[in-house]
Amino acid sequence: MSTIRFTEDHEWIRVDGNTATIGITDFAQKTLGDIVFVELPEVGRKLAAGDAFGTVESVKAASEVFAPVAGEVVEVNEELTGEPELVNEDPTGEGWFIKLKLADASAVNALMDQAAYDKHIKDQN
Amino acid sequence: MTQVDTFTGNRGLDIEEKLIFEQDSPGHCGVDLPEPAIDTLRLGGVKPRARVGLPGLAEPTVMRHYTRLSRMNMAIDTALYPLGSCTMKHNPRLNERMARLPGFADIHPLQPVATVQGALELIDTLAHWLKTLTNMPAVALSPAAGAHGELCGMMAIHAAQEARGEGHRRRVLVPESAHGTNPATAAAIGYTVDAIPATADGHVDLAALKAKLGPDVAAIMLTNPNTCGLFERDIVEIARVVHEAGAFFYCDGANFNAIVGRVRPGDLGVDAMHINLHKTFSTPHGGGGPGSGPVVLSAALAPYAPISAVVHDADGFRVAEHVGRPGAPQHSFGRLKAFHGQMGMFVRALAYMMSHGADGLWQVASDAVLNANYVQARLKDVLTPAFDNGYCMHEALFDDRALKDTGVTTLDIAKAMIDEGFHPMTMYFPLVVHGAMLIEPTETESKATLDQFIGMMRSLVEKAKSGQAEWFKGAPYHAPRRRLDETGAARRPVLRWTPAAPLAQAAE
Amino acid sequence: MRYLPLTGDDRREMIAAIGAGSVDDLFRDVPQSARLPGPLTELPPHQGELEVERALGAMAAKNVPAGSVPFFCGAGAYRHHVPATVDYLIQRGEFLTSYTPYQPEVTQGTLQYLFEFQTQVALLTGMEVANASMYDGSTACAEAIMMANRVTRRSRAVISGGLHPQYRDVCRTHADFTGFTLDEAVPNPDGVEDLAGRIDDQTSCVVVQNPSVFGHVHDLSALAEACHAKGALLVVVVTEVVSLGLVTPPGEMGADIVVCEGQSIGNALNFGGPYVGLFATREKFLRQMPGRLCGQTVDADGKRGYVLTLSTREQHIKREKATSNICTNSGLCALAFTIHLSLLGEAGFTKLARINHAKAVTLAAKLAKVPGVAVLNDSFFNEITIRLPKPADQVIDALAKRRILGGVPVSRIYANRPAFADLLLVAATETNTEADIDALCAGLSEVL
Repeated sequence: MSTIRFTEDHEWIRVDGNTATIGITDFAQKTLGDIVFVELPEVGRKLAAGDAFGTVESVKAASEVFAPVAGEVVEVNEELTGEPELVNEDPTGEGWFIKLKLADASAVNALMDQAAYDKHIKDQN
Repeated sequence: MTQVDTFTGNRGLDIEEKLIFEQDSPGHCGVDLPEPAIDTLRLGGVKPRARVGLPGLAEPTVMRHYTRLSRMNMAIDTALYPLGSCTMKHNPRLNERMARLPGFADIHPLQPVATVQGALELIDTLAHWLKTLTNMPAVALSPAAGAHGELCGMMAIHAAQEARGEGHRRRVLVPESAHGTNPATAAAIGYTVDAIPATADGHVDLAALKAKLGPDVAAIMLTNPNTCGLFERDIVEIARVVHEAGAFFYCDGANFNAIVGRVRPGDLGVDAMHINLHKTFSTPHGGGGPGSGPVVLSAALAPYAPISAVVHDADGFRVAEHVGRPGAPQHSFGRLKAFHGQMGMFVRALAYMMSHGADGLWQVASDAVLNANYVQARLKDVLTPAFDNGYCMHEALFDDRALKDTGVTTLDIAKAMIDEGFHPMTMYFPLVVHGAMLIEPTETESKATLDQFIGMMRSLVEKAKSGQAEWFKGAPYHAPRRRLDETGAARRPVLRWTPAAPLAQAAE
Repeated sequence: MRYLPLTGDDRREMIAAIGAGSVDDLFRDVPQSARLPGPLTELPPHQGELEVERALGAMAAKNVPAGSVPFFCGAGAYRHHVPATVDYLIQRGEFLTSYTPYQPEVTQGTLQYLFEFQTQVALLTGMEVANASMYDGSTACAEAIMMANRVTRRSRAVISGGLHPQYRDVCRTHADFTGFTLDEAVPNPDGVEDLAGRIDDQTSCVVVQNPSVFGHVHDLSALAEACHAKGALLVVVVTEVVSLGLVTPPGEMGADIVVCEGQSIGNALNFGGPYVGLFATREKFLRQMPGRLCGQTVDADGKRGYVLTLSTREQHIKREKATSNICTNSGLCALAFTIHLSLLGEAGFTKLARINHAKAVTLAAKLAKVPGVAVLNDSFFNEITIRLPKPADQVIDALAKRRILGGVPVSRIYANRPAFADLLLVAATETNTEADIDALCAGLSEVL
């Protein structure tokens, strides 16, 4: 059973054992508008929690994406190169960004769960 | 879908025009050239090229092609272009005539100095006008544009501090409202950019600025009047505390039109300021360039200016083209660009300055500020000024509070303006204001034009408030193109024409 | 004043509508100490067109226009014939006085010619994609190195001895301030150097000019392979873009980035500016390319149109993380380039290149016969280096007194190189007649 958590910067992270998949939330993709380009890191890159690992761009804006927890990049979503719109269409599924091998799987527990994140969005508005 | 009921798709004078590559007449040429007598090639064994791939066109085809393209453009010559911070003023044709005199246009930058004394005299004269208008002792003329000027100023500051043993100063303070070139320039030279917030009334927060000053601050980059169209009233105090902290004051002179001839930046404590000749001094925008961004410099920074530098001595005029040669700035940081600067723009700017004179330039700033305030005064009951400052300088800044709950955005208003025959104002800049609309009429607009503009804006706001959001979303309706798919352009970039695949391949 | 439409009555009405007492009230935020009491007395008052023409005409008359004498100056700026059509078209108000096409619906004129320009530049250079122009060749060269640094994540550039020294100086300035290094080969008037030997796994790029500043033409394919073998990029600089009508283009030699000075096409000498920088690269490096880009798209009616695109690379979005701080391009100069090249077309452009080369072949042959003159080049396009028996700058000054602009002394562009004192760069284009060349040879014979 996988755990899903969220960051204040609107990344989601889904943990399965020692690997995690990371992307941006539906709220984030709505705010950014039509995504035109996603810049992803190289496989093998080691990230600390809070490191910027890529950028997601709409026509008029570019935002950095940050690692929710520490880990090593083991896979990146190559599909996004040719089809950045996947992030808009299915942000929590096919629009995933990277997969990490986690340094410490328990670090995820410190992040917001769905209920806390939903409240976070409401408070922002 | 806009209906067009003609065979050609044309609508009277509005003509659809293909690319030159789609009008290729192989072998045709719009220039008659003699056949070269070429029996030997001296290319050192490099093979002559087989084919370039350019289309062939006769002169009438080319003339018609570009004439038709020109007619798809809005321009200052056809409409009010109230782009904030761009200073879209009238571009006098006297400038063009002067720039095309063979004595200016047909001279090579490296022909003997004795054969270009008049050109060097012109550059020196322009330098004199710029220094006098700003009360600054020196000016670097080589930067090719405003952003290039920023680079020049910041490099001089960097060099000056290194020379003083203060190379540890790596932080540059930049207001949140600054134009993107400011932080980009600072970062390009390796500085860390530290943003200064604005006060509720749109000025730089002096207290916040003071708190951010420290021994590691190299400089502040300030625009004055600022990007919200307001004069920074604390500017003398800002200059004082910045200097006290051992830092330099770089001024972005993009908005110089508001004060030219009436206020001298040197009197405000500025150390370096770039001037956009293509804004304040009417050299044409040309669809995006070329520009020219000379930088006036304080006595402390003058020795670090880049080469080439024009020198006037007892023997006449010379150009100092190498660091360390007589006449070169003593500790020049080096060269920013090949040759001497944007001479073509110098001629145009000087023709403009001489035409206006000191009294004319005084009037330029006065009328520019008057026009902007008139627009603000006549619109502030229907559109919300971003800041409650009473008056503005040469540009009026509104936010989109008036459009709240209408479903109409700043962008929609802009697109509707196009149908009315006006170029939209600057939108969504400065970033610190929501849905910003920055309107700079300039001094070359008549009251009649402004009245029409004001009436038009009032009617659009009224329309927005009367539940016509859907109509707005479809604007413009009357331009050569409707709204364009910028998302598609960015997702799958097509940046050049390529010939269609041959039919045989397509059939496979 | 003829450019100011407001009347006294207008101003009074407007001040009243604003609710201020006078225009001076509007300047109330200006510190009292900085308010000038009236127009500056150190500058003259306004003048009519006639007076301005007289004053500027007097300055212009003190210069010797290239077209009025036998003229052979090159060294990075070349005199070519620009057809009359070009200057008329670029002065159309809709081109001259329009702005950057940020509102594409009403600037399709600008956008379409930029798209054509980008295509022409890609074709000329043999590369996949080009931008909408830079300030000039020298700044484009510095930007190319910085782009190579980003792409390879390395920070050392190898610089050929044949790169125009002013271009090299611009690169040095950026290197000094941005923190990358240049490994510079010695300037080589004989055209010989070994660049491949300088490439290692810290090299981001090798920068080579072709034809070189001394005029030599090289096949760079082997150098391209040497670069790629070590993960470095090949940057090729072309200062005489007409050469691309005859010489194998850098793209076909394996270049990764090509930068050119485009002035030769459509633009006058203008004493060094404004010029137009061309910048082209491979598709895979697209997002690291600086400068504006124009892309094709469709509008809401399905019609083909053009927009500025991939703007997120640029300063107005990325701010301190931008690929470059550049904002302006060289708009009108790029338009002049596009129109001139459209007039020339395939047949005309390639013929123009052959004419230029033929003139230079004649020039080299005749100069070689002048006693004391030695031509250093085995290869060239339209510019050669000659050795004189006297300092070249003195020779040039003497020729100038005889109303001949005979070329550019190499010592003019290189400081502190006494060995170059007797070298002269001489260029010939389609604007040079046989009589010009004979006059130059006769002048040299007299002066040497």
